[in-house]
Amino acid sequence: MYRKVIGLTAAVAMAANVMGMGTAAVAADTIKIGDINSYKRLPGHTIPYKNGAVLAIETINASGGVLGKQLELVSRDDQGKPGEAIKIAEELFTSDEVAMISGSLFSHVGLALASYAGQKKRLYLAAEPLADALVWGKGNRYTFRLRPSTYMQAAMLAEIAAKNPAKRWATIAPNYAYGKDAVAAFKKVLMEKRPDVEFVTEQWPGLFKIDAGAEVQAIEAAKPDAVYNVTFGGDLAKFVREGALRGLFKDRLIMGLLTGEPEYLDPLKDEAPEGWVVTGYPWYDIEDSAHKSFVEAYEKRWEDYPRIGSLVGYNTMLSIAAAIKKAGSTDTEALVDAMKGLSLDTPSGSVTYRAIDHQSTMGAWVGTTTVKDGKGMMVDWAYKEGANYLPSDAEVKKLRPATD
Amino acid sequence: MDFFVVQILTGLANAAALFLVASGLSIIFGVTRVVNFSHGSFYMLGAYIAYSLMTVLPGFIGFWASILLTGVAVGLIGLIVELGVLRPIYKSPELFQLVATFGVILVIQDLTLLIWGPDDLIGKRSPGFEGVVKIGDQLLPAYDLVLIFLSFLVLGGLWYLFNKTRAGILVRAATQDREMVGALGVNQSWLFSGVFFLGSALAGIGGAAQLPKGGADLLMDFNILAPVFVVVVIGGMGSIPGAFVAALIISELNVFGVQLLPQSTLVLMFVVMAVVLIFRPWGLFGRPEIVGSHGSQGPPEAPLRAFSGRLWLVLAACALALAVVPLFGGNFLQVLLADVIIACLFATSLHFILGLGGLVSFGHAATFGGGAYAAALMVQYAETPMELALLLAPLAAGLLALVIGWFCVRLSGVYFAMLTLAFAQVVWSIAFQWSEVTGGDDGILGIWPSAWASSTTAYYYLVLALGIGGITTLLFMAYTPFGYALRGSRDSALRSEAIGINVRLVQWSAFIFAGMMSGLSGALFVFAKGSIFPTELEIARSFDALIIVFLGGVQSLFGPLAGGVVFTLLQDWLSRFEYWRLCLGLMIIAIVILLPNGLVGVGHWVRGRFGRNADPLSDAEEEAA
Amino acid sequence: MSFLEVRNLSKSFGGVKAVNEVSLDLNEGELLALIGPNGAGKTTCFNMLYGQLPPDRGSVKLNGQELIGQTPRRIWRMGVGRTFQITATYASMTVMENVQMALISHHRGVFSVWPPASRRHRDEALALLELVGMENQAGRAASVLAYGDLKRLELAIALAHNPRLLLMDEPTAGMAPKERVGLMQLTADIVKDRKIGVLFTEHDMDVVFAHAHRVLVLNRGEILAEGTVDEVRADPKVQEVYLGGGSTFGGAEGESAEGDLADA
Repeated sequence: MYRKVIGLTAAVAMAANVMGMGTAAVAADTIKIGDINSYKRLPGHTIPYKNGAVLAIETINASGGVLGKQLELVSRDDQGKPGEAIKIAEELFTSDEVAMISGSLFSHVGLALASYAGQKKRLYLAAEPLADALVWGKGNRYTFRLRPSTYMQAAMLAEIAAKNPAKRWATIAPNYAYGKDAVAAFKKVLMEKRPDVEFVTEQWPGLFKIDAGAEVQAIEAAKPDAVYNVTFGGDLAKFVREGALRGLFKDRLIMGLLTGEPEYLDPLKDEAPEGWVVTGYPWYDIEDSAHKSFVEAYEKRWEDYPRIGSLVGYNTMLSIAAAIKKAGSTDTEALVDAMKGLSLDTPSGSVTYRAIDHQSTMGAWVGTTTVKDGKGMMVDWAYKEGANYLPSDAEVKKLRPATD
Repeated sequence: MDFFVVQILTGLANAAALFLVASGLSIIFGVTRVVNFSHGSFYMLGAYIAYSLMTVLPGFIGFWASILLTGVAVGLIGLIVELGVLRPIYKSPELFQLVATFGVILVIQDLTLLIWGPDDLIGKRSPGFEGVVKIGDQLLPAYDLVLIFLSFLVLGGLWYLFNKTRAGILVRAATQDREMVGALGVNQSWLFSGVFFLGSALAGIGGAAQLPKGGADLLMDFNILAPVFVVVVIGGMGSIPGAFVAALIISELNVFGVQLLPQSTLVLMFVVMAVVLIFRPWGLFGRPEIVGSHGSQGPPEAPLRAFSGRLWLVLAACALALAVVPLFGGNFLQVLLADVIIACLFATSLHFILGLGGLVSFGHAATFGGGAYAAALMVQYAETPMELALLLAPLAAGLLALVIGWFCVRLSGVYFAMLTLAFAQVVWSIAFQWSEVTGGDDGILGIWPSAWASSTTAYYYLVLALGIGGITTLLFMAYTPFGYALRGSRDSALRSEAIGINVRLVQWSAFIFAGMMSGLSGALFVFAKGSIFPTELEIARSFDALIIVFLGGVQSLFGPLAGGVVFTLLQDWLSRFEYWRLCLGLMIIAIVILLPNGLVGVGHWVRGRFGRNADPLSDAEEEAA
Repeated sequence: MSFLEVRNLSKSFGGVKAVNEVSLDLNEGELLALIGPNGAGKTTCFNMLYGQLPPDRGSVKLNGQELIGQTPRRIWRMGVGRTFQITATYASMTVMENVQMALISHHRGVFSVWPPASRRHRDEALALLELVGMENQAGRAASVLAYGDLKRLELAIALAHNPRLLLMDEPTAGMAPKERVGLMQLTADIVKDRKIGVLFTEHDMDVVFAHAHRVLVLNRGEILAEGTVDEVRADPKVQEVYLGGGSTFGGAEGESAEGDLADA
């Protein structure tokens, strides 16, 4: 039996090596960047992110790397657990000796890593987590964020909502921090511009546990003029299907936060909602040459089209390279100083990491959904510069206790 | 009025998929007493397989043929799992099988990702039922009516099977008395296999039938698991009509809960389950569980042996080895070992009630997270120093255990397990929902150790001291009269009461004590990680401890230590590989099959192999067995 | 005056009178057998005496103290010991530890932490084991004992708190005939020495006639006959109930499967 155990262990280990990524051989002239993400929890989002990041690293390395050294990405799966992410961060910094860490999709993992970064004085560039607190209430010197936050994207939609005559609003959002923030931000900005609107019902289905028929009925019963949707993923699919069947969307303004991102719109195929006003990523339509060549390179490298995660992953690595170049070293304090106010050009335009709150000014695309050739698309879209949807500096200072 | 009719019909439609999956689980549990955690995975597989079949088979006939074929396919997969994974371990201690089914979950998760890819799949609409039905001025998807019809069809079919066919009557008899069926000359293993096929097929059909209302995604397995267990428990384990009624109750409550109290949806079903279990401890249609009446008790445990000099030496050597780690090991090794020690303390505290007391808790995370949150809240709102927080957190967790235990120790077996799970979910939802205080799922951040303990090494020593202290206290307690009384109450509550021992008081005290130690591990965890989130109160956290205890060996005091070390390190190592869940799952299954008494079985086996004098005690045991 | 007085004990289950107006007296050092055919109400009687089942009516007084309404634990503390039809012992403990647990509970040490359980009351426990002839097996696991030895272990456990009254439900059930006589002889000797009153049910008439000082015959919940062994044996009503009469009195084995099946 003992032999059996040994044999099995060996077999599994071998299989793991064959399939796995393993730890890459340590090259002398590399700068390592730690990457922590939930590769198993929401692979539909995180794998495009990683593909984008890897593409950027390869591109940078092909043109000679940074400070004469090649970049190396050390990727790890956090299992969607904050505690696990902290342990991995420690390993990346102390065993793998990475210069900094980046990544994360879930807000709670991002917040945990931010707290770790602040405590241990190590640099963390949050790529995708949307929680506003990451750079405001819980912000610290060592944490930066790339993607436009919940507040920014909600504000973009609220701006359009304010111009619509609709007065009676309903909201539906997953019952967790992101959903709550997204509704609160939307309400705040909209009420500022339109004190006359009222919110007639707020629905809070559990994340990925939506009871779509009941939710649609409940919204319908409140007879709103317009609906603000924050659900995504499987919840969105169910909501769209039930809502369409039960006529909820007829003659109403429907707004969808993130609904236009390929991650969420594409699985709906020909059932994608039509006429919703959404934030998203119309990669197929963006004519800017930098973006066009990004899409080309991405499609060539991965034989797949980019998602918003791909763009964020790509821009994250560009930001890191730019920061290292600007700092001239991989010393943490130098890197932090370099990140403050760092400006760079990305496929989605110029991006600046604001010194005041470490939030980047990367924006988002806002447009209307339609179905073309059996696929959901965004039309009549416009790129909204992130900088225009952040609160005033005075307000930010109030929101962010961190002085640095 | 129309509105209510439509709401009720919506609830009925939602109940359909839930009922299909739950009835399968209920049958499997009723007959085999296997708590099948992988049932959700069969549901997920059903959705994916049916999705693929529907893309090949067109039209009305194709749609329904796909659902039927999916049932057969998933039933066969269930059969493979039963034959390959569960059959070798039916003789193991009760509930041991759940570890194996946990391994199956991991394997199926990665295989599904491998086969169908990461993207969510949206289900095809049902041909012929794409539209809506008008009820007054309200609209109802036509497929909802189909689902309602389907659920009654399955209910009727199962009723016929279990009341009018010989096989079905035997199965029903087996849910009440397995030995008797054996005495009737029925081949028990075929009965088990058949039941597994049927139960899995029902889960698969459930997954397939919900496609037109949803789709297939990789989180379905865990998402369905909790509601399904709730339904089975409320209905009464093994009862089909019970599962039907409970699915209806839960679905209707949800539908109206959404309407009246939109925030309530997270916790509603667990509150209902807790209330039902408190007033009807065996569910609405269940029967009292007679301990040991289902024959999966495993061999009797050997008496505790006093610590020999050698054992003391080995333990001291381990402690010493851990103490010198910082001299040569890097930061990460210390962080990793701190995690291992915390996991061991957490698991040992579970083992105290589970192994010694026979109280299988599925909600041990409540006290782990409870202790962690208590410490974090004290730091956050009262600026409590770490030292005081570490002292008070176990007391807070103990207080929580006092309340939960008061309700739970009245129950036993699987119903005890389910009530602890329900309470853990209630605690979770408080942490999740009460964001003004707990920060909701954005958690509480910035809970770091005091200055003197803030370096990795200093905190490592702190964890080492408190962790080993906690573990030693737990081990020591096993040898005290209290520990003996706890074990005795597990062996024979009747005997305990007959010699004046208050069984419930002993169990309740043990529950509180274990809760305190679990709370200590939670407090150590929060200062190690610097933050706390509701994830630490999730079912998955409770499962971690269960897996560790069973993997290590329930019947040995050192089981949870062996399990904690192996499981934590294995997971850390494997998570570096892309398909690590597949590897981990296969390894768990392999360990479970090769070492049916857990990892500590290796020790016994080695001792036997290398010619140490076999002790008369274990020989005698073998005779008895 | 007898030290155990049972008066008008009654219990119905859904209209069926399981036990009806049963009264009995028991003196110190006396062995009283409670016999009767299947379903006569013997175990119901026992369960009421031991506080596991509340009677509809009646009283049970031990030295003038009322037992009805007390929990089994309380009744045990008042000096009543019990053995079970199907033995209930701690399978994961040694023979010695089984007895030690009863002693620990008797000395109110269940919630104390020092010294360890296995070091407590060793001499006392060993003495009890010697009394029942189990001292040689003190270190063995209870789970590996032969059934007759388990019965003797139970007797030792039941004697641990110096009971005044022993309730023994089918003390010899499941034992080989030769062992039965031995166990009852042992019990009879101990009872005489310690002046304990014993109330026992039994289906083996050889055992009853050899050891009981008095016999009480129950039928359909009512007392059919009472008296010495010879009186009862001669009673025509008793013979009528036990068709065939004599020592082949019908068995009542497994009248109620109360007890921990795990030990079976």
